[in-house]
Amino acid sequence: MLKKVLLGLIPIAGALLFTTLILVAVGASPWRAYGNILAGAFESPEKIADVVAAAVFLVLCGVGMCVTFTAGQWNVGVEGQIILGAIFATWVARNVPWPQVPLLTLMMLAGMLGGALWAALAGLLKVYGKVHEIFGGLGLNYAAQGLAIWLIFNPWKPADGATMSGTDPFPEPAWMPTLGHLRVAPLAVILALVATVVIYFMLRGTRWGLELKAMGKNPRAAFVMGVPSTPRLLAAFAVCGMLAGLSGAIRCSARYGRMIPDIAGGQGYLSLLVALLAVSRPQWVPWIAFFFAAVGVGSPRLELNMQLDSTLGGVLRASVVLAVLLTNGARMLLARRRARLRGNLSAEEV
Amino acid sequence: MKVELIDIHKHFGPVCANDGVSVTIEAGSIHGLLGENGAGKTTLMKCLSGYQAPDRGIIKVDGRTVAFSSPAEAIAAGIGMLHQDPLDFPYLRILDNFLLAFDRRFVPRRREGRALLRSLGERYHFDLDPDAEVASLTIGERQQLEILRLLALGARVLILDEPTTGISTPQKVQLFETLRRLAKEDGCAVIFVSHKLEEVEELCDRVTVLRQGRVTGQAEMPCPVSQLVEMMFGRSLPPLERPPVERGPVVLALQNVTIPSYRLTVEGASLQVHAGEVVGLAGLEGSGQQLFMRACAGLERVTAGSIHIDGVPMTHAPYRRFLDRGVAYVPANRLEEGLIRGLTLTEHVALVDRKGPFFIDWAAAREDASRRIERFNVVGRPESIVEALSGGNQQRALLALLPPNLRLLLLEHPTRGLDVESTQWIWQQFLARREQGTAILFTSADLDEILTYADRIVVFFGGRMSAPLPAAGTTVEQLGYLIAGKEA
Repeated sequence: MLKKVLLGLIPIAGALLFTTLILVAVGASPWRAYGNILAGAFESPEKIADVVAAAVFLVLCGVGMCVTFTAGQWNVGVEGQIILGAIFATWVARNVPWPQVPLLTLMMLAGMLGGALWAALAGLLKVYGKVHEIFGGLGLNYAAQGLAIWLIFNPWKPADGATMSGTDPFPEPAWMPTLGHLRVAPLAVILALVATVVIYFMLRGTRWGLELKAMGKNPRAAFVMGVPSTPRLLAAFAVCGMLAGLSGAIRCSARYGRMIPDIAGGQGYLSLLVALLAVSRPQWVPWIAFFFAAVGVGSPRLELNMQLDSTLGGVLRASVVLAVLLTNGARMLLARRRARLRGNLSAEEV
Repeated sequence: MKVELIDIHKHFGPVCANDGVSVTIEAGSIHGLLGENGAGKTTLMKCLSGYQAPDRGIIKVDGRTVAFSSPAEAIAAGIGMLHQDPLDFPYLRILDNFLLAFDRRFVPRRREGRALLRSLGERYHFDLDPDAEVASLTIGERQQLEILRLLALGARVLILDEPTTGISTPQKVQLFETLRRLAKEDGCAVIFVSHKLEEVEELCDRVTVLRQGRVTGQAEMPCPVSQLVEMMFGRSLPPLERPPVERGPVVLALQNVTIPSYRLTVEGASLQVHAGEVVGLAGLEGSGQQLFMRACAGLERVTAGSIHIDGVPMTHAPYRRFLDRGVAYVPANRLEEGLIRGLTLTEHVALVDRKGPFFIDWAAAREDASRRIERFNVVGRPESIVEALSGGNQQRALLALLPPNLRLLLLEHPTRGLDVESTQWIWQQFLARREQGTAILFTSADLDEILTYADRIVVFFGGRMSAPLPAAGTTVEQLGYLIAGKEA
């Protein structure tokens, strides 16, 4: 157990070493830089609330991506699914004159529907059009971005002219309430945690989860064993899209209070990294998301206090992911080599 | 160029593919390498062509000892191999495929390449359009391109691994003519790997027969076919006495079925299998028996004819309806189609319980798994992931996952790679199922196994199915003839 924990720390140490080298190379003090990131993320209740609010989106999308990863699918279309969720929620906010509780409920449901449909489209392209899900997902991301811009500049343009700053603010009841003056919506945090728990049990304790796992590991054998591959694959995409769409609805309702062109803000790609680090284990996602969010909220401080570019935070996150993947790859190679030395691999594996 | 292989050994884990093989191939001759599937022919040739290194043994070319660490080194020494599946790039033009092999300049000289391709093509009467995409060619034409490529690289020893699978008769005639010319006029050594007696008879000057990784005979051609059959399949043992079978109603009925595939089309296959009956499918790998079996399982598309199971039409039914009707298919490549790497035995047990509850009761699944492990003598635990089991135990695990009360059991090489004891134990389980009224269809490369356990036998050759033979009174020799495409 201790050995496992220590092995897990190797990549993090490696990533820190790498960013430290970069800092030393540009002549900055690594201690001060890390101190600034930490202070930027945790120095005040406001900052901590920002970190939690940012983590919510990564948790929702990351947990969703655990589902598609389990089924062996690379759902890189999360960015587009967030946008579609936001679009559906915005339509509700603009057109349904209900009081707050039913309106917010309907907005969240609409967001989930929008994301699920967009993701299912990537799944349908894969199953019936033989379009690999990575290409389908990327293409749909651009289509979603285009759709959002068209909506903001045409049917939804504000009375005083369309700009990149988005639509008119939503009516009051469509704003998700935040905790006092802090910028975190408790409801969003609850939704993210509920999603994590539900997906954890779905993947671990149900036939559905087991069938997805079987498909992800060996689609042919799973089919021969009677797993209905097509419905399961589409469902995996839809569930992931649902959570991405929910995060899109929360973004426009709680964070911006309107629809903006860059509503997804790269969260889809960032959460892909979160899910990669979590290796399809939903229970790890909140911790990793929290770390990512903290680095994201803390790094602008580098620019203010040390005249360093705030993208250093991105470098740190990315090198953690790369280091973890590299260590996993190296471990697998070593295991194979050991197996080959023992002569345990069969002919086709050599 | 003369090639000597001396005492070649090659193991893959516990499987011994070559066990002290020695062969000498003279320049200017066509040498046949004959044997069943899994006899070790391809392994031996891969050792010679630098694809893999032998564990032990010496390779001499023109008397000099050589050791190749890659196919590139082998071809530099003049040894080239034509693989069963042509190694080319389907979406490149013929010319580019040809140039890729030997023109290593940054900007390849297309004009020179084109001239060389044309002159070689004229010499061997291969009519290839340099600008055609390889994907548009037949397998025969792709082979021709591959031969020209190897010759352009300076091959003086040419190895052809089952080259006649999937090519047309005129292409075959042309190929044989080319091979003769290469040997007789150009003094190349040609090694012709095959399991087809007729072709070896027609083409080769000398034959070496392998069985189970050892040389079982060498002969100058012509040589009586009966002698070759005996070397290939061994002496026939008298089939065991079996109690008479109580045949039930027809379970599986195929009428004039056509099953298309890229390589081979099975045509006009008709067969009726009764409850409690065991039918063995004989034939060399890729003769159509696997396609046939997969079609019976609902895993292969059927374009003509009909399939009925227990009288219900199933010709175009989806695979899961076959499962619902009590059909089970046990594939030969266990870790590719039968079991799922990374999943434990308990997870497999829960997975095959298709009608199980949505929320899995893991404690019950684990108990079920231990019960099955005990019943089927699997050396493993419920938490063992399947790839950690040995081959024999994977096969036992696969059988342990089969549901009870099947109507039709389809087994692909059910005992391949297993020792005698495991084989007998596994057949006991199958025969017990037969007594419960399950119809069994199985393929095997081991003719003794087919003769011992089948009630009737059908033989596949080149996509054609023979009329069913009663197993009683049929000999290994008779089957050997049919399998190699000869009338008995």
